[in-house]
Amino acid sequence: MTQVFASTLVLASLYALVGVGYVLIYRASRVLSLAQGDLMMFGGYALFAASATLAVPPLVAIGLALGASFAAGLAIYVVLMRRMAGHPVFAAVLVTVSVGILLRVVVVLAYTDEIRHPAAAMAIANPPIALPGGAAVSTIDALTVGAAALVLTALYVFLRGSRLGIRMRAAGERPLLAAQRGIDFRGVFALSWALASLTGGIAGMLYATNVRLEPGAGVIGLRAFAVVLVGGLDSLGGVLPAALLVAAVEVLTVRYGNPLLADVSPFACLLVMLLLRPWGIAGTREELDRV
Amino acid sequence: MAVVDTWPRRLALGVLLAALAMLPRVASPLVIEVVSQAALAAIGALALHLLTGMAGQVSLGHAGFLAAGAFSVGILAESGWTSPLVSLPAAAVVGALLGTAVGMPSLRLKGLYLALGTLAMHYVVLYAGGEYQARWGLNTGISVPPLAVGSLRLRTSAEWYYALVGAAALATAACLNLSRSRVGRAWIAIRDREVAAASLGIAVARYKLSAFVASAVVTSLAGALWAYQRSFVSVEAFGFGVTVEYIAMIVIGGMGSVLGAVVGAAFVTLLPYAIDAAVAAARGAGGAEYYLFPLKFGAFGVLMAVFLVAEPDGLVGIWRRARNWVVLWPLRYRPLAPLR
Repeated sequence: MTQVFASTLVLASLYALVGVGYVLIYRASRVLSLAQGDLMMFGGYALFAASATLAVPPLVAIGLALGASFAAGLAIYVVLMRRMAGHPVFAAVLVTVSVGILLRVVVVLAYTDEIRHPAAAMAIANPPIALPGGAAVSTIDALTVGAAALVLTALYVFLRGSRLGIRMRAAGERPLLAAQRGIDFRGVFALSWALASLTGGIAGMLYATNVRLEPGAGVIGLRAFAVVLVGGLDSLGGVLPAALLVAAVEVLTVRYGNPLLADVSPFACLLVMLLLRPWGIAGTREELDRV
Repeated sequence: MAVVDTWPRRLALGVLLAALAMLPRVASPLVIEVVSQAALAAIGALALHLLTGMAGQVSLGHAGFLAAGAFSVGILAESGWTSPLVSLPAAAVVGALLGTAVGMPSLRLKGLYLALGTLAMHYVVLYAGGEYQARWGLNTGISVPPLAVGSLRLRTSAEWYYALVGAAALATAACLNLSRSRVGRAWIAIRDREVAAASLGIAVARYKLSAFVASAVVTSLAGALWAYQRSFVSVEAFGFGVTVEYIAMIVIGGMGSVLGAVVGAAFVTLLPYAIDAAVAAARGAGGAEYYLFPLKFGAFGVLMAVFLVAEPDGLVGIWRRARNWVVLWPLRYRPLAPLR
C-alpha cells in the first residue's frame, strides 16, 4: 500500500513537471504545445551530451543542460512561434507538432535512436531508499518529488510575487490591455516558452537518469497532457491535484489491471473529464460556450 | 458533371484519366506501388478534408478511425469472415459508430478541447486493438487474406493500382459534388461562423455530427482497404505520427480544398521516395542509409512548418496565384469578382 502511494507520488511529480509547461504556454498564448514531450526528451539528451560527449562533471553537466533547455524554448519562440501570431490557433498547434518532429530528428542525427543511459555516463549511483511499510523508491525518484515541489513552489512565488510574474499573468489574461500598459508581451511569451522548456527539460533529465533515454521518450509528454486537461488547461493550481489523480489511476491500473490498460488510463481520465467538466478541475469556463 | 465546366478542364481531366489508366503499362513496379499508396492516402486525406477542411472540426484522431477500419477487417478475417462483401460494410458500420461516439462531444466542445477528445479516442482504439492482439496471441499482428469477391481477386500490384486509383477518383468526385450540395454548404457555413450558420436555420448539431460520421466512414473504409492491401494489421502501424501525416497532407495541399487534399496526399507520399532518389543521385549508392530516415522525417517536419508559417493556403494557394498571374497577364490586379 505504501508502495502505491510512493509510486503515485513519483509519477505525479513527473507529470506535474511536464504539465506545468503546457499550462505556462497555454496561458500566455492560448496555444497548446504538442512539442512539450519532445522538449522533455531534449532536456534528457542535453544532459547526456554534456556528461558523455563533453565529459564535464555531473553538476556542470546539469547546469549546461538546464541552460540548453531554456535556450531551446526561447529559440523555438523567436524562430517559429512568434510568426504564428494572428494565424488560427490550430495552425500554431500544428507548428508545435513539427517542432517536436524536428527536435526528434536533431537527437537522432546526433545520437542515433539507441537507448542511452545518462546515469552511467555521469557515474551516478541510484540506490533504493527503503520507506516505512516495506516500500522502496530510488534516490532519483525521491529527487523527482523534491524537484517538482521546488519548481511548483518557485513558479507560485514567481507568478504571485515578482514584477515579471505579475506581468506574465497580465499578458496571459488580456494581451491587448497588457500591451497598452507597456508590458512587453512578446518578451513574456518568449519567457513562458523558455520556462516551459526548462520544466520539461528538468523532468526529462530526471526521467532519463532514472530510467533510460530514447528519442521516443516524448510519449510521456503526451500523457502528461491528459493531466493538464483534467486540471484545466489554463490553471497552474489544477496541475498538482490532476497529476495526483491521473497518476493514482495509472498506478492502480498497473497493479490491479493490466499494463496495456494503464497506458491509456490517462486518456480515459481525459475522456471522462471532457464529458463531465470539460474545463477541468480548476480551469475557467470562458472559451467553452456551447452550441 | 457540372463540376468540370469548361472545355479546357474537360480536356485536362480526360488527359489525366488516360494517363492514369495507361500508367501500369509503361511504369516500373515501384512507380505503380507508390501511386497506389498515394491514391490510398488521398482517400484518407479527403475524409479528413470533409471534417477539418469543410466542416472546420479539428481532429487529432484520424489514425484511430483508420485503425478501426483495418482492425474490423483483421478481426473478421481472424474469425473466418474473409469476404470483403462482409468486412467492408462492417468497417463502414464500425466507422459510423465510432464517428457518432466521437462526434457527440463536438456538440459540447470546441477547438482544442475537441481535438483532445479525438486524440483520447485514438488511444482507446489502439488499446482495444492491442488488447485483441494480446488476447489471441497475435502479438506481431493479424494477417489478412487477399481481397476476393467470387472469381475476382486482387493480387498483383497493377490490379491493386486500378482498384485504389478508382476508389480515390470516386472519393474525389464525391467530395467535389458534396461541396456543392446542401450538406456541404451547411458544413462550410458552420466552419466559417457557427452562430451565423445557426441563425440561417442550419441545424448545427446535426450537421456537425454528420460531418464526423461521413469522415469516419470514409476513413474506416480507407483503413479496411489498407488492411487488404498490406494483408497485415498491427497496432504499431497506427501511431500518432499517422495522424500528423494526414493533417500535414491537407495543410501542405491547402486547407479546405479538394484538390489540395489530393495533391497534398500525393506530395506527402512521394516525399520520402523523392529524398531517396535525390540522395542516391548525390552520393551514388550506399553509405548514407543511416541518415535517410531522420532526413525524411526532418524534411517532413520542416515542410509542414514552412507551409504553416509562410503559405497557409498550401500548394493549391501557390497554384492559384500562378494561374491568376498567367490568366491576368499583363494586368496585375484581379477583377473585382474573384476568379474561381
